[in-house]
Amino acid sequence: MLHRSDALRGYLLMSPTLLIMLVGIVAPFVILLTMSLWTRSGFEFDTTLTLANYERTWNEPIFGALLKRSFWISGVATAATVILCYPMAYYVAFHVHRNKMMWIILMTLPFWTSYLLRVFAWKVILGYEGVVNSGLIALGFIDEPLGFLLYSQEAVIITLAHAWAAFAILPMYVSLEKIDKSLLEAATDLGDGPAARFLRVTLPLSMPGIIAACFLIFIPTTGDYITPALLGGPDGVMIGNFIQLQFGPANNWPMGATLAIILMLWIAAIAAVFLFVTRLAARRVA
Amino acid sequence: MSDTSYIKRPNRPLQVYAVIFLVVLYTPVLFIPLFSFNDSIYVTFPLTGFTTKWYAELWTRAPVWNALMNSVKVGLSVAVLSTLLGVVAAKAITRHRLPGKSAVVTFIMMPLVIPGIIFGVALLVLMSRMGVSLSLYTVSIGHLIVCLPFAVATLLPRFEGFDPSMEEASADLGENGWWTFWRVTMPMVFPGVVASLMLTFTISFDEFIMAFFLTGTDPTLPMYIWGQLRFPQEFPSILALASLILFVSFFMVFLAQWLGRRGLDEDI
Repeated sequence: MLHRSDALRGYLLMSPTLLIMLVGIVAPFVILLTMSLWTRSGFEFDTTLTLANYERTWNEPIFGALLKRSFWISGVATAATVILCYPMAYYVAFHVHRNKMMWIILMTLPFWTSYLLRVFAWKVILGYEGVVNSGLIALGFIDEPLGFLLYSQEAVIITLAHAWAAFAILPMYVSLEKIDKSLLEAATDLGDGPAARFLRVTLPLSMPGIIAACFLIFIPTTGDYITPALLGGPDGVMIGNFIQLQFGPANNWPMGATLAIILMLWIAAIAAVFLFVTRLAARRVA
Repeated sequence: MSDTSYIKRPNRPLQVYAVIFLVVLYTPVLFIPLFSFNDSIYVTFPLTGFTTKWYAELWTRAPVWNALMNSVKVGLSVAVLSTLLGVVAAKAITRHRLPGKSAVVTFIMMPLVIPGIIFGVALLVLMSRMGVSLSLYTVSIGHLIVCLPFAVATLLPRFEGFDPSMEEASADLGENGWWTFWRVTMPMVFPGVVASLMLTFTISFDEFIMAFFLTGTDPTLPMYIWGQLRFPQEFPSILALASLILFVSFFMVFLAQWLGRRGLDEDI
């Protein structure tokens, strides 16, 4: 009885927060899902429920191609970020003993500042008359600006990897920090060298952090709008730009809603497969 | 020599890597202030001369001030609201036996792992179906959803970090729940509250994608910048504006992180 009233009071205390989240998350998604089953007719919506939009995305190859490209770009960006950030997380977890907090703040600080401006900075750097091109010309290495720097998939991948680095470091740092150092000593005492010790103890134990980092970067970047819009050019257009197009210039909201729902479903599916595979791998190792 | 020396031994290549990493992390952003002082409308090397005219020009622009005020208004209300909601949520999570607690926490953290564009369009559709016209209020609602997980994540460790028996002692000494909260709980979690306020303000102040879909006629600062990016002749003034925003953001977040983590990580 006492417990029940305590839970009730707890939920009462939570209720404003939960209510806002319900209104802000659940309600919009229900309406988004409903709208994806409508169609556009002129400037109005035809509200008869139909799967016409979903059929269209299935039949017209451009949608599939865009989705594939989005997942490819964020997949590469995720892999690059995690691989480049792991040594950094490792360094701070194992080799920094004083001012640890300062290192963590320094590494994560840029992440909290304007995403738009950090992407804009890359435009300044990679632009046709930007820092890299004009710098190389001034130094006499090239005579003409390199055109491929800006407006390419590579530009998008570089920018995404750079912009999301802090998000990758934190979860990996936390799981590395948690590793019981005596396990490493045990591995050494039992004859493992540094490489074997890393592969057999540190890496498997930090897997949860690596997996979390992959999710935290892959999921938000697949729907990214700013980076492909500023740096992607025609080759770097991603699904997020296409969704915006439907809500903006193309003015086909039901189609935009359909694409948003499809993106969510794909992300959920990829996340589920990824989790399943890593679980399976973890079991085989153990 | 301690017995863990071979693990604690400094790793030179890793140290070099860490330094390069930090340099690469910060360099791109540093080009913005560098070129904001360059006396040319082209963002190219070699630099032509030092000037502060882009900043002076910014000062006289009414739309910039207008957008700044909009962003501050939204940022302040979002910071206060999300921190308030974060405090009650963190208190409920740590001080009460909630059945299904982990599900509730996961639900609150959900906006962290859903692409912002999906939230943006979902809220846009909701607003338009309810007949709400887009304004700074709709932007604030979007920002509130984005900021709440960060407020809760900042405040939870603070609430977890101190002993509930202090609150019990206060109750035993005759304070009621309200005064216990203000005289015991609040002073203990106060650094977390300040950190949450500053962090959520900065996130809202810098947020783009929600504002992109939910802004009506009043632009926030990032929306204003986005609109100006189409005009190459505006580049230097945007660089100046961006430098100021970056400087303030870095300062606020640094302070927030420092306050938020102080006293928590010392035992590591």
